[in-house]
Amino acid sequence: MTAVESSVATLDPEEARRLRRERLERIGSWVLPLAIMVLAIWLWDRICVWNEIPQYILPRPGVVLQTLYNDAALLFGSLLVTLRITFLGLLLAVVGGVGLAVLFAQSKWVEMSFFPFAIVLQVTPIVAIFPLINIYVDNQTAKLLLCAWIVAFFPILSNTTLGLNSVDRNLRDLFRLNGATRWQELWHLRLPAAMPYFLGGLKIAGGLSLIGAVVAEFVAGASGQSSGLASRIIEAGYRLNAPRLFAALILISLAGIVIFLVLSLVSHLILRRWHESALKQER
Amino acid sequence: MVPSTTVPGMEGSGKPLLSLRAVGKTFSNGVTALSNVDMTIREGDFLSLLGPSGCGKSTALRIIAGLTAPTTGTLDWSRKPGEESSVGFVFQEPTLLPWASVFDNVWLPLRLKGVSRSDAAPAVSQLLERVHLSGFENAVPRELSGGMKMRVSIARALVTKPRVLLMDEPFAALDEITRFKLNNDLLELWQDERFTVVFVTHSVFESVFLSNRIVVMAARPGRVFQEVEVDAPYPRDEAFRTSPAYAALCRQASDVLVSAINSTHGAAA
Ligand SMILES: Nc1ncnc2c1ncn2[C@@H]1O[C@H](COP(=O)(O)OP(=O)(O)O)[C@@H](O)[C@H]1O
Ligand SMILES: [Mg+2]
Repeated sequence: MTAVESSVATLDPEEARRLRRERLERIGSWVLPLAIMVLAIWLWDRICVWNEIPQYILPRPGVVLQTLYNDAALLFGSLLVTLRITFLGLLLAVVGGVGLAVLFAQSKWVEMSFFPFAIVLQVTPIVAIFPLINIYVDNQTAKLLLCAWIVAFFPILSNTTLGLNSVDRNLRDLFRLNGATRWQELWHLRLPAAMPYFLGGLKIAGGLSLIGAVVAEFVAGASGQSSGLASRIIEAGYRLNAPRLFAALILISLAGIVIFLVLSLVSHLILRRWHESALKQER
Repeated sequence: MVPSTTVPGMEGSGKPLLSLRAVGKTFSNGVTALSNVDMTIREGDFLSLLGPSGCGKSTALRIIAGLTAPTTGTLDWSRKPGEESSVGFVFQEPTLLPWASVFDNVWLPLRLKGVSRSDAAPAVSQLLERVHLSGFENAVPRELSGGMKMRVSIARALVTKPRVLLMDEPFAALDEITRFKLNNDLLELWQDERFTVVFVTHSVFESVFLSNRIVVMAARPGRVFQEVEVDAPYPRDEAFRTSPAYAALCRQASDVLVSAINSTHGAAA
């Protein structure tokens, strides 16, 4: 009896300490990055002032913000152009990646034969491929889309392929036992089982698609009439308009962050009832 | 070897339903999992396959299910013409679809046969009630305990009304209290619905409690060592579990199992 009581008594403060630490960690995980960010921006501002750096080399944060406001129509219009390419590229990457993965899952032979091509596309820098695309494809949007697609489809393809092949052996036996057709097994078992893998690939592909779109614009921008954020950056660079350059850069980063957050949320909503990864997020 | 005879007054044990004749299985890696297995499963049997790990119990079950073909020997299903040799299978793990609700998991075998959700609903609901899971239709497996998951798995195996229910150490991973409860409920289901069960286990106590016949197997190569009749009437309940008769039957089965294990040592030496 006394042993129990004393153990409870010693456990209590420890438990309280653990709780306090957890609460601190929860607050800290928000406050700390924010504080560091604010500090960095303040330092940026101070460095500009202390060293009297001219605006065309390094503009003060306030000036960038002002530019973002003043050039809003121009910049957000360009952002929309870039985002359109990004989303269409991502959509094509999903269709292409999942479609190819399903095809690969039909037979080991198909996978072995065609996976190398996917890898070649993946490892060759897009900047190096673009001149070829430039020669073969006329339509400007098609060019950019192709670029974004090449960069983004691989993580979806490889993750979904992995997922389709990671089905529990007993579950496959169960489907066989009940006379399931190939199509039924794919639809009711393999595709849902691959969902967490696919969503993991999607999160990576979202960011890559943005990168693909921007890089493609950069490379195309030299030769063309594209009006996305990348061409705004190039233009601003030529004109030594550093504030606008920074503003465009910030918009691209923000777009990337938002894309990642949205895809994470989608993934969480889809998996939250059954998958371990979502379970951990809940806690 | 004890000749297998029908125990008077016992449930089940009717006409032969399935005979394994000289069944052998050698895997491509050279392991002989089963050798020369003869076994007859009779209608209404609760037959246990009892033996040490690696003696080919799972392989035998998979052959009966048609998931693996035997290397030698034949399976004789005695069935009326045009009748399917339908089996239900319960794995050691609950093996549920983690993304699907309890209802959808039980519906699955019917769904694969083209039965719509609403057409399947009465059968599914009735079975869920039988395994004491009414009210959990919309839960997903993650929200259930180990014992409840196993109940879902049993309901799913029974939803197609199979003639034979094959169970591969289904309760091995459960705690004792849960296991006892599931044992009782399974027996109750079996007596009411009158299907045939082939139950794989490595627990003497479980096999004696549940079955009317125990096939004791020995390893290397996997073979039938001896058949043991469990001469105790059904229904068996918690009183039976603590009765001297149960203890005596367990001792008897245990002795056979020990000789089966020793026979392997002899063969290996
Ligand atoms: N697919 C397989 N390929 C090769 N060997 C196997 C395979 N399945 C089972 N075995 C071997 O066959 C033997 C019997 O296995 P199993 O039937 O699982 O035994 P039990 O269920 O009684 O533990 C073991 O030695 C095991 O390693
Ligand atoms: Mg086994």
